Amino acid sequence: MTIPVNSLLQCALDDDRIFERSDYEGPIPRWCAGCGDHSVLAATQRLLADEQFQPETTVFVSGIGCSSRFPHYLKTYGFHGLHGRALPVATGIKLHRPDLDVFVVMGDGDCTSIGAGHWVHATRYNIDMVALMLDNNIYGLTKNQTSPTTPQGYPSNTQPRGSWLPALNPIEATLGITNASFVAQTAEWIPPHLFATIKAAYHHEGFAFVRILQRCPKYTAPLFEEGLKNPDSIELLVHEDGVMVDGLENVYKNQVRHDPRDIHAARRLAEEDGRTRLGVFFRDESRPRYEEIRQLPSITAEEKVARLSEELDLHAV
Amino acid sequence: MTVVEDPRRGKNMFVLGMLAWIYDRDLDLCRDQIAHAFRKKSEEIYNRNVELLDLGYGWAEENLDFRISIPAQPTTDPMVVMNGNEAVALGAIAAGMELAAMYPITPATSASHELGDVFEKFGGVVHQAEDEIAAAGVAIGASYAGKVAYTITSGPGLALKTEFLGLAVMIEMPLVVVDVQRGGPATGLPTKVEQSDLLAAIFGQPGDAPHVVMAPATIEECFHVMVTARRIAETFRTVVIVLSDANLATGVQPFRRPELDPAWVAAPPDLSPVPEGLRPYDWDAKTGLSRRFVPGQPGGMYTVTGLAHDESSRVAYSSAVHQRSSTMRSRKIAVLQSTLEPPKVYGDDSGELLVVGWGSTKGAIEEAVDRLRDEGMSVSSLHLSFLSPLEPGIKEIFSRFGKVMTVEINYSDEPAAPYINEENRRRGQLAWLLRAQTLYDVDCWTRVLGEPLRPRAIADAVRQRIETVEGDEA
Repeated sequence: MTIPVNSLLQCALDDDRIFERSDYEGPIPRWCAGCGDHSVLAATQRLLADEQFQPETTVFVSGIGCSSRFPHYLKTYGFHGLHGRALPVATGIKLHRPDLDVFVVMGDGDCTSIGAGHWVHATRYNIDMVALMLDNNIYGLTKNQTSPTTPQGYPSNTQPRGSWLPALNPIEATLGITNASFVAQTAEWIPPHLFATIKAAYHHEGFAFVRILQRCPKYTAPLFEEGLKNPDSIELLVHEDGVMVDGLENVYKNQVRHDPRDIHAARRLAEEDGRTRLGVFFRDESRPRYEEIRQLPSITAEEKVARLSEELDLHAV
Repeated sequence: MTVVEDPRRGKNMFVLGMLAWIYDRDLDLCRDQIAHAFRKKSEEIYNRNVELLDLGYGWAEENLDFRISIPAQPTTDPMVVMNGNEAVALGAIAAGMELAAMYPITPATSASHELGDVFEKFGGVVHQAEDEIAAAGVAIGASYAGKVAYTITSGPGLALKTEFLGLAVMIEMPLVVVDVQRGGPATGLPTKVEQSDLLAAIFGQPGDAPHVVMAPATIEECFHVMVTARRIAETFRTVVIVLSDANLATGVQPFRRPELDPAWVAAPPDLSPVPEGLRPYDWDAKTGLSRRFVPGQPGGMYTVTGLAHDESSRVAYSSAVHQRSSTMRSRKIAVLQSTLEPPKVYGDDSGELLVVGWGSTKGAIEEAVDRLRDEGMSVSSLHLSFLSPLEPGIKEIFSRFGKVMTVEINYSDEPAAPYINEENRRRGQLAWLLRAQTLYDVDCWTRVLGEPLRPRAIADAVRQRIETVEGDEA
């Protein structure tokens, strides 16, 4: 690769900058009061400061939707692109520049509907990045249309008599994709769990898919009432290799010890049975990573020209 | 005697040997080429093929009583020979592009095969994406993070990439798109030549999305266009669509061996800190040009957005910002035009009729012009390399001719066909463009036969148009 990564590394070594949380905070978000996106942004900014990310080598890529405004509210590099297409853009960034830290922020429509093909394949590529899917079970920005994760029977402007079909289960679906390496679920109204999950996702080497249950106070408030008011409706998956948050056991008494290496148990736990399970369902760092397999050759311009010249020799007449 | 078990196999080598005798070609060169073609196969396969070659040569020598002599055109310049897709692939490497994203589609795919073969050795990565849309997204993401990347496709793929092309224009992200055109619409004639993506390439993106469209006319140009495309894409922060076609993709031509320059390859992104106060879209008021920031540059952190945005890439809630930024994005294309030379007329600089073409038809059109001029007709031709922006001076060139017509491989209504009149006649795509841009009454003759236009057919059509005009005047 001809990008002078060495100078970047040198810069990192010489770096005695200390970043405060405010160093990552952009303009005041325009999300509704009570929107779960605020919590995710706060947890992310906390992570950035905790881990001392360099703002210039960190990229947040998003699609289109309420949550996709995310990069605008951070002082890192950001790419607010097209509806459903955040993952291909992130793939291109990591293929060209594996040295960058990449986060992808998508909504449920973005990821599981218009961008569903990319979701499947990004999971399979297993490129080292964090994919946050902020799932409020509705299209919010376009004002109340049924999404694939809207529960069956829940009304919207497009399906006023209630969603016709059972909701798509993103955890179950992701666990079904070959080469998935990190699949987790958390809820934005439990900040310590949210933070710990995003942090675990960041430290995972590979494609870390995190579904974040996220309130939409405007259109889907009733869907989250139970989870908010009744901690017993939630079951935490706990394990040293997954997410363990001290103190949460006092509120969330339903805890299941789950080894994230066990894909079969993960799939059983992901099945729909009326319970909301939070934690790391699956994690396997031994899976091949596409950006490691497909590294750009590291040669100078002169070497490249010499090799190309040899190639032209084969076409010479 | 038996050389191969299956008589259906190997007859091509026998015939190649025959042809080598008939046309008096160097048998050693043939052997070298066979060795190259089968370089990945065993020596036994090479020996068997050469044996068949020799047998064919010997058979022709003993049994044929004629030979055809075509004098070789001596040249002191070193030459190379390849097809258009190979030229695009090698040109992309010469241009220093490191990432190609593609999805299998005919007839673009063989360029990806060539890339897959050569790139993997030393050029870069060919990413086979999950679909055409993703291929565009990966190329844009890669460009955003460094050197310009490119994606290669054919018509249906170009359609799918449309939204991303609009995004690249909006965020001023350099991107090179190669469209190896085939017959359309829909699945159309996947393996056959056509030039029917021109208007889709220029105007296919919803919203106003000014960008650059170029068309190589020869296989040599397929190589060099990639170097030019990268330069334009990065200098002007814009999308460059290169329109090749099935004819160029699979045709083979010799051309002067390119003199490679490490400077084409170099110029990785500058990761030095962004000077204080500089904004990601600090448009120069006169040219619309601005400096691109690349992730890794301290002090340059900003969020690109497909929403209307101001100089700082902040989402614009005022309509005046959209007017200004649209002006800046359009102005760049005019600035590019100001750097181009007027195209050169083939034949006399003025006359009765000017034939205008673009892309792979150049050789056939010029041969037709030669024939007509030999017949004493006052015909010249003009071949355009840039379709957006058009090269400068075209209107002035048109003014020197009595009549202007395009010759293209796309559909147009015959003027005398039922229901067809001046107002509803569908014209060749370049004719449509030139009429709009020059206000000249540009006529056209086009065919969609799924094959290259023949010089004789072009000459016949042009002759007929001239006779019609003269008949009208008489």
